[in-house]
Amino acid sequence: MIEKALSGSKYYWAWICFLLAVILVGVACYIRQYHYGLGLTGMSRDVSWGFYIAQFTFFVGVAASAVMVVLPYYLHDFKRFGRITILGEFLAIPSVIMCMLFIFVDMGQPTRILNVILHPTPNSVMFWDMIVLSGYLMLNIVVGWVSLSAHYKLVHPPKWIKPLVFLSIPWAFSIHTVTAFLYAGLPARHFWLSAIMAVRFLSSAFASGPALLVLLCLLIKKITKFDPGDRAIKGLVTIVTYALIVSIFFVGLELFTAFYSHIPGHMQSFKYLYFGLESHGKLIPLMWFSTLLAITAVFMLLIPATRTNQVTLVIACIFVHVSLWIDKGFGFVIGGFVPNPLEKITEYWPTLNELLVTAGIWSIGLLILTALYRIAIVVKVELEA
Amino acid sequence: MSIDRRQFLKAAGATGLLGLLGSPLFKVLAPGELEASPELKEGMAKSAKRWAMVVDMKAFPTEESYNKCIEACNKTHNIPQMESEKHEIKWIWAEKYENAFPDSYNGYLTESIEKMKFLVLCNNCDNPPCVRVCPTKATFKREDGLVVMDYHRCIGCRFCMAACPYGARSFNWRDPRPFIKNINPSYPTRTKGVVEKCNFCADRLYRGELPACVEASNGALIFGDLKDENSNVRKTLRSKFTITRKPDLGTFPGVYYVIGGS
Repeated sequence: MIEKALSGSKYYWAWICFLLAVILVGVACYIRQYHYGLGLTGMSRDVSWGFYIAQFTFFVGVAASAVMVVLPYYLHDFKRFGRITILGEFLAIPSVIMCMLFIFVDMGQPTRILNVILHPTPNSVMFWDMIVLSGYLMLNIVVGWVSLSAHYKLVHPPKWIKPLVFLSIPWAFSIHTVTAFLYAGLPARHFWLSAIMAVRFLSSAFASGPALLVLLCLLIKKITKFDPGDRAIKGLVTIVTYALIVSIFFVGLELFTAFYSHIPGHMQSFKYLYFGLESHGKLIPLMWFSTLLAITAVFMLLIPATRTNQVTLVIACIFVHVSLWIDKGFGFVIGGFVPNPLEKITEYWPTLNELLVTAGIWSIGLLILTALYRIAIVVKVELEA
Repeated sequence: MSIDRRQFLKAAGATGLLGLLGSPLFKVLAPGELEASPELKEGMAKSAKRWAMVVDMKAFPTEESYNKCIEACNKTHNIPQMESEKHEIKWIWAEKYENAFPDSYNGYLTESIEKMKFLVLCNNCDNPPCVRVCPTKATFKREDGLVVMDYHRCIGCRFCMAACPYGARSFNWRDPRPFIKNINPSYPTRTKGVVEKCNFCADRLYRGELPACVEASNGALIFGDLKDENSNVRKTLRSKFTITRKPDLGTFPGVYYVIGGS
């Protein structure tokens, strides 16, 4: 089956070459960072996690969101997701790989990364994050590949795959819950010290991931002979809409707790992000832009005319994805570090080198996604022909 | 094992007599005059149950007096002077009251406290969040209460920095060696990519020496075993009102502050 990824039009190859070029630039920038140290990033003593960890946090969500097609299809026999289940599973694979790469490039001593396995430390949430992420990656590779090859060989998938499918459902929730626990259990950071962090993460993931899947489905429909089906897309859109509403509601709950209690530590990060603190406010425009996109998207997804029109649907899904990417893939992590535990402000902005390493990892993700989708689509189209 | 009254009285009397002869009690009551704590002797380092420090702010009359402690630490531990503030390595440094104790700041402090700089350092907590989150046990708590780092185990994930409520940890964002003026060969320099922090001079304690900052403090920093009733630390805690940083977080810091009063 894998050979299917090695054939395609000249546009396909042009796209692959483009991705390889970006990856090459990213690798070169990473080598620079490896030699110099993480001082080449915008991070500092005060903002000690930055763009890399924020991207990791965001893509864990995208990976977990595969469950939004797997769960209805397998648990509730929601037939119309049958054609896109594989797309969901195959989106999770590059997402988890990107997460792992983002953690790797964020390590001060990457050559010692095996210490996490050599000295297993169950009291560290990071240990559990490694377990759930690698487990989820394996589950999706096995489930996706085995079901697709069974499909290709026109046989039923083997029976042993079913328990793995069911296991992958709670496992998907676990990866984002454990990732939330990386933040939610820290006494030093009021902004993250919130019991609803895990559900907030899940709700935003179940909006941003499926929004991306809708965009991918529409793109596939346009450039290949495979049609994921309007009813599948409609189902996804419903998920995006309600997950987004819940996600905004959760942010509202955080705001209420912080501002009604009026505890300074709980308010400061929100103030910094949305209004600025002591004349520091690099993230204000981004955060308001994200808010505006999210609210606009809610209306566009609720109003039938804009929901059913393909152009406005694409715009709404881009809005959802970009909005939540800014919120979780940028503001959330930085907000936790500003102000620092001594209530001083050091601002953060990623450097060019850091952005290019990130672009390299995105391209690796896209390359894997392209190859996997190419295989899945060629197999499906050949069988239907 | 039991102890009868006669034995107890004998022991108590002897201890009291020793105490009077050594008269450390009087010295403790008059901080500033106190020389380097006399209680630390060769071989004692390993016997302490819980090392702790008292920072007596009244005994730091000038900026110079606490800068001496900072310099002593920097020299002893090969702490680099980085060009960029963002890459700073700090083990012990000075902060205003509102930054050192942000949750007990009221905006109407006495003028002297408003101006005063407080020495801050790793609190070597009883319940350290940094140890809880470390994925490789590169930072760990010893039985004597010291929270220490294994620089060779650290993978540089900086989870401990996110977890520390006192901002006491530093990361080597780049190779620190070019930024060390005079290398002290008796303490290792660090490499890029690892976290470091104050460790109450674990290596000096092992050799029966006091922490470098304590030695340079002219008695303003009092160091000893919190579990030993007769230690200087306990005597100070008994006789003065002290506070710790962010007590509501339940980390139980091992650094106490005497702020003012008589």
